[in-house]
Amino acid sequence: MSPMILNTIEVMLNGLMTGVMYSLVALGFVLIFKASGIFNYAQGVMALFAALTLVGFQSGQIPFSHLINVVFGTDYHNWGPGMNAFLAILLTMAVMVLLAWLVERLVLRHLVNQEPIILFMATIGLAFFMEGLGDMMWGANIKVLDIGLPSGGSFWWEDVTRVWATEGSEYYGMYIDVLDVWAAGIAIVLVIALTLFSQYTKTGRALRAVADDHQAALTVGISLRTIWIVVWSIAGFVALVAGIMWGSKSGIQFSLSLIALKALPVLILGGFTSIPGAIVGGLIIGVGEKLFEFAIGPLIGGATENWFAYVLALMFLMFRPQGLYGDKIIERV
Amino acid sequence: MFYRESGDFKTSYAADQQTFPIRFDRIVVALILVCAFLVVPFFINDYWEKSILLPFLVWSLAALGLNILTGYCGQVSLGTGGFMAVGAYACYKLTTGFPDLNIIFVILLSGGITALVGIIFGLPSLRIKGFYLAVATLASQFFLVWLFNKVPWFYNYSASGQITMPERSVFGTAVTGSAATPSATYLFSLLFVVVFAFIARNLTRGRLGRSWMAIRDMDIAAEIIGVPPLQAKLSAFAVSSFYIGLSGALFFGVYLGAVEPTEAFGIDKSFLVLFMIIIGGLGSIFGSFVGAAFMVLLPVLFKNIMVGGFGWPTDMVQHFIFMLVGGLIMFFLIVEPHGLAQLWRVTKEKLRLWPFPH
Amino acid sequence: MNSTRKFGDPILSVNNISLSFGGVKALTNISFDILQGEIRAIIGPNGAGKSSMLNVINGFYHPQEGEVWFDGKLRGSLRPYEIARQGIARTFQNIALFKGMSTLDNLMTGRITKMHANIFWQALWKGKAEKEELMHRERVERIIDFLEIQAIRKTPVGRLPYGLQKRVELGRALAAESKLLLLDEPMAGMNLEEKEDMCRFILEVNDQFGTTIALIEHDMSVVMDIADRVIVLDYGKKIGDGYPDEVRNDKDVIDAYLGVAHD
Repeated sequence: MSPMILNTIEVMLNGLMTGVMYSLVALGFVLIFKASGIFNYAQGVMALFAALTLVGFQSGQIPFSHLINVVFGTDYHNWGPGMNAFLAILLTMAVMVLLAWLVERLVLRHLVNQEPIILFMATIGLAFFMEGLGDMMWGANIKVLDIGLPSGGSFWWEDVTRVWATEGSEYYGMYIDVLDVWAAGIAIVLVIALTLFSQYTKTGRALRAVADDHQAALTVGISLRTIWIVVWSIAGFVALVAGIMWGSKSGIQFSLSLIALKALPVLILGGFTSIPGAIVGGLIIGVGEKLFEFAIGPLIGGATENWFAYVLALMFLMFRPQGLYGDKIIERV
Repeated sequence: MFYRESGDFKTSYAADQQTFPIRFDRIVVALILVCAFLVVPFFINDYWEKSILLPFLVWSLAALGLNILTGYCGQVSLGTGGFMAVGAYACYKLTTGFPDLNIIFVILLSGGITALVGIIFGLPSLRIKGFYLAVATLASQFFLVWLFNKVPWFYNYSASGQITMPERSVFGTAVTGSAATPSATYLFSLLFVVVFAFIARNLTRGRLGRSWMAIRDMDIAAEIIGVPPLQAKLSAFAVSSFYIGLSGALFFGVYLGAVEPTEAFGIDKSFLVLFMIIIGGLGSIFGSFVGAAFMVLLPVLFKNIMVGGFGWPTDMVQHFIFMLVGGLIMFFLIVEPHGLAQLWRVTKEKLRLWPFPH
Repeated sequence: MNSTRKFGDPILSVNNISLSFGGVKALTNISFDILQGEIRAIIGPNGAGKSSMLNVINGFYHPQEGEVWFDGKLRGSLRPYEIARQGIARTFQNIALFKGMSTLDNLMTGRITKMHANIFWQALWKGKAEKEELMHRERVERIIDFLEIQAIRKTPVGRLPYGLQKRVELGRALAAESKLLLLDEPMAGMNLEEKEDMCRFILEVNDQFGTTIALIEHDMSVVMDIADRVIVLDYGKKIGDGYPDEVRNDKDVIDAYLGVAHD
């Protein structure tokens, strides 16, 4: 194969890996949307918040230490040397469940039966609140997240691919980050686990019932509130996983929450209610934006990744407003 | 006591349809206008101009614009920042391309150009609704900002990629550039705001406004009783973008003087304006002003109290404001989806009946 | 109503209309006409295709087969708002008022097809725009008087009780001063008194303004009282058409309403 083709394949592979990350965030959206009809803009900030909390626990930071120090004139920062990654993940998960409970208790409960767009705007408010809260608790400096996942380029893959090139051409093999491969693997496990959960557990069945019809689910004795807490907790868990992956890759900073915005076009492609849709959509956007930047970007000034996903989604909407996997919408009066 | 309508009989439909049906309101509004035009210019200084009055005026226009689209026509847009950028760059290209063109026309034309761009990006609204549309408007936000960053023609090939407003004057008084005095920039912006608030009020209470609200409240029924959805939605996009373009032109030309697109017109600006209209009141002209004032004053106030008073570090106050704004958004959507304007309306209704509440 | 009233030519006739969604047939080969000045009722059990029929008439659904003649012309494929402009107004089964607007604005919106001032006059609220507003306001006030809803003129309709909302919706349709008025279950969910009021309004509209009315109604006694002619639909097919007395004694109609098993 010529290096040109190999380069294209490399770009596509990297796109696939980025796409997996998008899919992870989109997955959180889909879960919440299916169970409560809420388009949760805060999903990306939840990932940021989860990652911040994880690092905070791991490094033994005292929450709100800045605030405490300013108000009381003290100088506390850490309560100890920190803890191991596994324990920190468990604790973070507990925080996310608490958060889910609080969101249900303080916000969702009061917004039942509101129009979807009002709920959407409420979650934008939630996103701002959590962003402020996360920074207030743990400080706004950029943090490094390391829970011991391997990272860096794979030499093995470089060696394997080097010999694919045509004899005599200068080609040094494909670059692929091991961390991305891990992320893809974890994402696959996560999706399988979620599917099994919703198919084979009682809570899972209740969840699907609620997704299908709120009223009917209520009449057979399913508690909507419990379900919402469960769903937001699961979404919190997905956010934590996404946060770990993105955080390990590029550090924890505000731009992480912008990933949430990228997940929106993914959802438009995949439809808001379909888990496979979220995954396929994520992959299409990941590959699409990398290929576009590779092939056309240099001609028009580069940095097309900023808008490619949105414009693609927009074009797609013009032709298929219901998404890849959605049903055709029949309007009635 | 004075705030009542009994005894204030309307004898014609014209009198009944006026903007401020209660005499007391008319007097108050007239007083505020007199004060704004004749008193404030003599007392304004740099701090009040740059931190409070100009931002308030500029964001009021943007909020009016978004409120027309979102509050009146029901189409949520997250592209406000991008459209403000269009206004700003149109203003820049027109001023530098036609140095003799009066600045008033430059700003009006900038609004016009933004309206055209708004129509193009409004086309998807004919097929998609709700948050699908909100996501689609993100495309305009990111694409437009990228465009102004990457195409050198827009910033006249300047090395820094920034655009800088040259000095322009009205009746011999500089209103843009570094020579402009606070009172000149203030009066110039105020004039635009007052005129276009008046126009917004007229548009929203007439045929066009009713067709927007009909689309917002029930689009299918609206079409069946004779509202053409294409016309209604695109006119909302056009008018809204016109206002946002004006605001972008003033933001760049009169308020900041020099901008860099990514920072000045990022997605955070789109959210800022959206928050203004949620807090101020969706579908209310008055609410647009209240919301703009609220979102402009809140950070100033908290910075003064917390940084100045308690000695908190600036970044922490910033985080605190984020939490506060986020919390307020949720609070308003839960408690009073029609915002501060509705609270004000309820208070007025109570006042009218006072002291006999039943 | 007696059958001695005399009517003009058909204002609307539909010929061999068939409509389906995917594989589901909603209407099969329906033909009927509505004469100038009459009150025509469409009845039938739930899911018979009555609302679909109205949706076809005002262009919200486009039938796969058949043609619609309105006002002496064969109608092409038009958008609903174009059909509204030709002179068809309607109300909806589940109230479709503009909830955020006042009663007055809802009625004014009903006249939207008759307002033409351009955006510049509207922006200034002068000249043609102001004249037009006042002129239409006067017409709307007449309807407000007629329907006895003066007191709720400026109330947002979302706050009104159900019965009044139905009345405002009728007002909005009347405001259009259409040639043909379609009413989709105008009396659904009303108590006896409200029904009587509504019947009175419908008859008066027909009588005073000569408006042709097509209405869907479940209450048979109401239908038999006010309708000039009745169409009966069942499972998307027309099973009866004629004067109320004829329809009442028709075997197929009785079967459909008494729920005899279909085979």
